[in-house]
Amino acid sequence: MLKNTLYDKLWNSHQVRTTAEGASVLYIDRHLVHEVTSPQAFEGLRIAGRKPWRVDSVLAVPDHNVPTTDRSVGISDPVARVQVETLDNNCVEFGLTEFKMDDPRQGIVHVVGPEAGATLPGMTVVCGDSHTSTHGALGALAFGIGTSEVEHVLATQCLIQQKSKNMLVRIDGQLRAGVSAKDMALAVIGEIGTAGGTGYAIEFGGEAVRALSIEGRMTLCNMTIEAGARAGMVAVDEKTIEYVRGRTYAPKGEQWEQAKAAWADLHSDDGAEFDRVVTLDGATIEPQVTWGTSPEMVLPVDGHVPRPEDEVDSVKRGNIERALTYMGLEGGQAITDIQLDKVFIGSCTNSRIEDLRDAAAVINGRKVAETINQALVVPGSGLVKRQAEAEGLDKLFIDAGFEWREPGCSMCLAMNADRLESGEHCASTSNRNFEGRQGQGGRTHLVSPAMAAAAAIAGHFVDVTKDNQGGV
Amino acid sequence: MDAFTTLDGLVVPLDRANVDTDAIIPKQFLKSVKRSGFGPNLFDEWRYLDRGEPDQDSSGRPLNSDFVLNQPRYSGAEILIARDNFGCGSSREHAVWALLDYGIRVVIAPSFADIFYNNCFKNGVLPFVLAADEVDRIFKEIEANEGYRLQVDLAAQHVTLPSGETMRFEIDNFRKECLLQGLDEIGLSLQHADAVRNYETKRKQDAPWLFSS
Repeated sequence: MLKNTLYDKLWNSHQVRTTAEGASVLYIDRHLVHEVTSPQAFEGLRIAGRKPWRVDSVLAVPDHNVPTTDRSVGISDPVARVQVETLDNNCVEFGLTEFKMDDPRQGIVHVVGPEAGATLPGMTVVCGDSHTSTHGALGALAFGIGTSEVEHVLATQCLIQQKSKNMLVRIDGQLRAGVSAKDMALAVIGEIGTAGGTGYAIEFGGEAVRALSIEGRMTLCNMTIEAGARAGMVAVDEKTIEYVRGRTYAPKGEQWEQAKAAWADLHSDDGAEFDRVVTLDGATIEPQVTWGTSPEMVLPVDGHVPRPEDEVDSVKRGNIERALTYMGLEGGQAITDIQLDKVFIGSCTNSRIEDLRDAAAVINGRKVAETINQALVVPGSGLVKRQAEAEGLDKLFIDAGFEWREPGCSMCLAMNADRLESGEHCASTSNRNFEGRQGQGGRTHLVSPAMAAAAAIAGHFVDVTKDNQGGV
Repeated sequence: MDAFTTLDGLVVPLDRANVDTDAIIPKQFLKSVKRSGFGPNLFDEWRYLDRGEPDQDSSGRPLNSDFVLNQPRYSGAEILIARDNFGCGSSREHAVWALLDYGIRVVIAPSFADIFYNNCFKNGVLPFVLAADEVDRIFKEIEANEGYRLQVDLAAQHVTLPSGETMRFEIDNFRKECLLQGLDEIGLSLQHADAVRNYETKRKQDAPWLFSS
């Protein structure tokens, strides 16, 4: 019998037909929408006189532009306000479900989807956002699309797609205490590079992946795009089922039993062939810190920033030199000597309840260093915020000197008021350390929530696995 | 969408790898609800010395004279060539809109990020891959020859150098046809509407929970 990978199965079950040119018409089950990449798509529908094919497949939520401070005063930035209002108006006009800014369920679209049960195992999930790969953690085929494709899915419920190749990233062994899914993701990117996954769909497997919670798997799948692959995924297991059970849009009663039975097949068959297999030993993964302006410029926390003169390839040497200049670092400098100005705990990578618990455990009653200008905690959704507050995490963060904010994308991409000033170094739990990403001239270092919390206390990076005063 | 068939254009060299879409069009300009007007803010943080804001007139802003797009010899370029993994990062189609609005119709690199690559075809921009050594050679020839132009022929899938030599590029048939004819892909997809309805009918029986929310 033909052996299929998880990706093959998800692809095959959604292929409506193939076109004469050999492309596939792929059916989309869930379409998540936010305010930044959708207005032009809705405008396109209006101009062409088209209607959404299936309104019940759409869930919209504003997240990129929303303020994380007091929302009772609305959005002060007039351009951002127009964009959020445009989403609200489009959802009303086309009859789509939206969790609006003042809805307690509002949050980052990639936190909200799984949390609401809007993302289910076996689905195809798209969103006009590259971090849609997050949803693959539930055994779904999920990938980011551009605005033209947002319009395409709204109008047709389908996309014309070429199938990607299959890659398995297997992480064996057990992670050490203090090492998390974020470190796994960064270690994978360090291993295969930011273009290593281009043209592939990546399935994550192995003992260390199976041991992750669903939240951890979301962190891992979230950063698949930073390795160049549009989709990342993890096979369904008992943890997946337990995560989904009882959520708002999850099936109930007889349909729940039926769905569970169908989901049992959502794994790669024994002996299924992958075009590429990458293996890592989870036990040897150390806490990771990016030093440069691409997520592949990453090192273990005890490492030293590379010296350009050690690189023989002239293009790569140029990249290192440019990154060091932008980051204001010297070749050979110890990662732990990098002094920090800001700390950001949030983003679709690391703003779920487990991330906040990890950070809070490290803080363990200590205070943010005086040299830190600002330390932000931005929960991924209103429900995460509420849960954290029920556990008393907000007080712990506030007592330590962190600001406790309203949910949204915030300083991950700095579309709202939360941003770095030029030259500032930031320990950030987000996903991109590109030039200017967190504010023009800002210097981003990507780390896990535990590493960010430890760095906030020390004022510089420390190895959280050797941080004896933390609660890890 | 405008069709793309052939182009004889001036080439601007952007000698960087991993050019991300945040660099191509910074976040503050994504607040627009339109598809047009992004050209003045293409590569904003590299191109200008001050911080750009949406709805600002960029004509009087201080230019970074070191940045390649600001060098007079590349004024009016319609082809951009760069290093590996061009267009990585955010899915923002605004990156393609900015390139197009500036006047770029062709992007050449040794590799592209998938979402950016895909977005180009929806907007009449042709991205294609040449081998790293071919790209390297073109970079060197541009450096040595002011006014360096390339002739791109999509139907023939090749680019002609000033020397008359050609380099072949690959592109899948569906994208090629759509670009050559400037087709409305949604219109094309709606031709499959009956097949989609049949799929939905069967899927509702097999997996009703996908239709119950």
